[in-house]
Amino acid sequence: MTTTTPFQDIKPQRPWQASTKDKSVTLGIFILSVALAYGVVLFTGLSGKLGMFSSFVFIFVFINSGRSYLQFGSAMAKDSLVNILVAVGTFLTIIPIASILFEVFSKGYKGLYPGLFYRDMSLNSPNDPANVGGLGHAILGTVLLVSIALIFSVPIGILTALYLTEIRGKFSRPIRFLVQAMSGVPSIVAGLFILSAILYPITKNNSSFLGSLALAILMIPTVARTSEEVLNLIPNDLREAGVALGGTQWRTVAMIVVPAAKSGLLTAVILGIARIAGETAPILLVAGGGDRYNYNPFNGPMGSLPHFIWNSFRSGTPESTARAWTGLLVLLVIVFVLFAIARFFGNRKVGK
Amino acid sequence: MTTENNGDQENMETTTTPSSLSSVASASKRKVVNTKAMGTGLEARGVHAWFGNHHALADVSLDFAAGTVTALIGPSGCGKSTFIRTLNRMHEFIPSAAMAGQVILDGKDIYDPSIDVTKIRLQIGMVFQKPNPFPSMTIGENVLSGLKLAQLKTENKDDLLEECLVKAGLWNEVKDRLNAHGGSLSGGQQQRLCIARSLAVRPQVLLMDEPCSALDPGSTLRIEETIEELSSSMTIVIVTHNMQQAARVSDYTAFFLSDGGPGQMIEMAPTSEIFARPRDKRTENYVTGRFG
Repeated sequence: MTTTTPFQDIKPQRPWQASTKDKSVTLGIFILSVALAYGVVLFTGLSGKLGMFSSFVFIFVFINSGRSYLQFGSAMAKDSLVNILVAVGTFLTIIPIASILFEVFSKGYKGLYPGLFYRDMSLNSPNDPANVGGLGHAILGTVLLVSIALIFSVPIGILTALYLTEIRGKFSRPIRFLVQAMSGVPSIVAGLFILSAILYPITKNNSSFLGSLALAILMIPTVARTSEEVLNLIPNDLREAGVALGGTQWRTVAMIVVPAAKSGLLTAVILGIARIAGETAPILLVAGGGDRYNYNPFNGPMGSLPHFIWNSFRSGTPESTARAWTGLLVLLVIVFVLFAIARFFGNRKVGK
Repeated sequence: MTTENNGDQENMETTTTPSSLSSVASASKRKVVNTKAMGTGLEARGVHAWFGNHHALADVSLDFAAGTVTALIGPSGCGKSTFIRTLNRMHEFIPSAAMAGQVILDGKDIYDPSIDVTKIRLQIGMVFQKPNPFPSMTIGENVLSGLKLAQLKTENKDDLLEECLVKAGLWNEVKDRLNAHGGSLSGGQQQRLCIARSLAVRPQVLLMDEPCSALDPGSTLRIEETIEELSSSMTIVIVTHNMQQAARVSDYTAFFLSDGGPGQMIEMAPTSEIFARPRDKRTENYVTGRFG
């Protein structure tokens, strides 16, 4: 038995989308613009890729807007003009990012080998080929530096955010201003501060603990600002409901507000880590660098990935330059993974 | 602008509604009232409220007798919600808020500096306009959240959970999924979950600030049934924009109005009287739908 479905003659359509004819006209304009731009480069003073690109954009915008104007009038012409400008802006933004990624991957992948991740550089000179030695000490250093910085900056950052969103005390405004201003502090200022306030007068010795303090100074504003934004998204209804059930403010915050904001607060912490993982200046000044494993965060110089990269580039030999690119690759991958995790948690609806 | 019939209600701490009022307080319900569990009701004396310099509410005196349902009606901006929020000290959460007057529960002013405000809110629960179950908690945890928030002990959590959900008329719908998240319920179910949550700390008084305004007619009906059931064991004050709802659920109705200045309480009377024979011309205009 065959079932006859009603309306089977009617096909779903999308009349609001560009038709094949429209698309071919646009393609034609595109090709024409490329040809004209080539001609412009050939016969005028403009030259090179930049000249080609800019004359192409100019010609394409001109022809496309003209076509919209003839077809629909001036409002649509402006619309298509702005559309193209936005697309060009996006394209220009992607160029440097894509070329950085391409450069790092193409130069860095050669140095990847298993030993890279557990050996250190204590027995190697910059002239050694890229497949001896490694950056295990730098990874360990980065992990220790970031972990200890986390211990300081996560509680302080989140408590600051709670003060700004929950207590809203008299000092909210100046503190919010300070936090915002601090997030623009150059990292070398944090490094110099720890150097002059603690290292010279008190410890007189490099240690990764001091590096972590400097990194914490940089991380607190990031954690505090992001956490504040997340906590502000929690509906006020929930706070009122908690208090109306006989909870004190502290219990309401701890049992309802913070759990509801959990994933967002985690994102804040990960963004904070990504902010400091690539910092070089404080490491140079107070953690001291170093090319061997150091398991004691309170004594002796400690390496880190950014320091490893800086040091390898500075040596100047082709082998160590290759090693620097590999270090860059490892650092970039770590930061990208952290951002991906942050996106994953941040995209989940707040409160879910 | 106080009510003339306040005097009558002061005597209502006894077990039944005075006969003078019982005839008009509708033949529908009125039951034997267990005053011991409910305390002696709630009383507002000369309550004013301000937001910054804006005088939002002036001189409201109202008695809420134990075991009754009182509806607060009036057009938007007349101070009903502001008033109900002064009754369990939620008003003070608005940064610029101020108030004057007294709110008496069991013979004590709840604004007295020696009073522990969290205890007051345990005795005077509140259900909000928008359903607001706690998103990080399951349905079961939501109901019992008040115990955790106020650090109360209970012998048998499962019994309390079932009791509250049955009272709120939600038990049959959620008994198989108490571990699901509160957000997975429909709006009406969420609001009944919020009612169940308020019941778990065993309040004497339940304040409801437009509890049905975000709900469909079916859910509204379920909540009205819940109110009807609860009114035998507690004092209920409900703000509503829906005059039919006020007529259906309440024993007493108070009409609020703002004539451009601060909101005032124009008239309070048994519900049937407010709708049939309002004393004030403005009340009559409002309940007959001539404005507002």
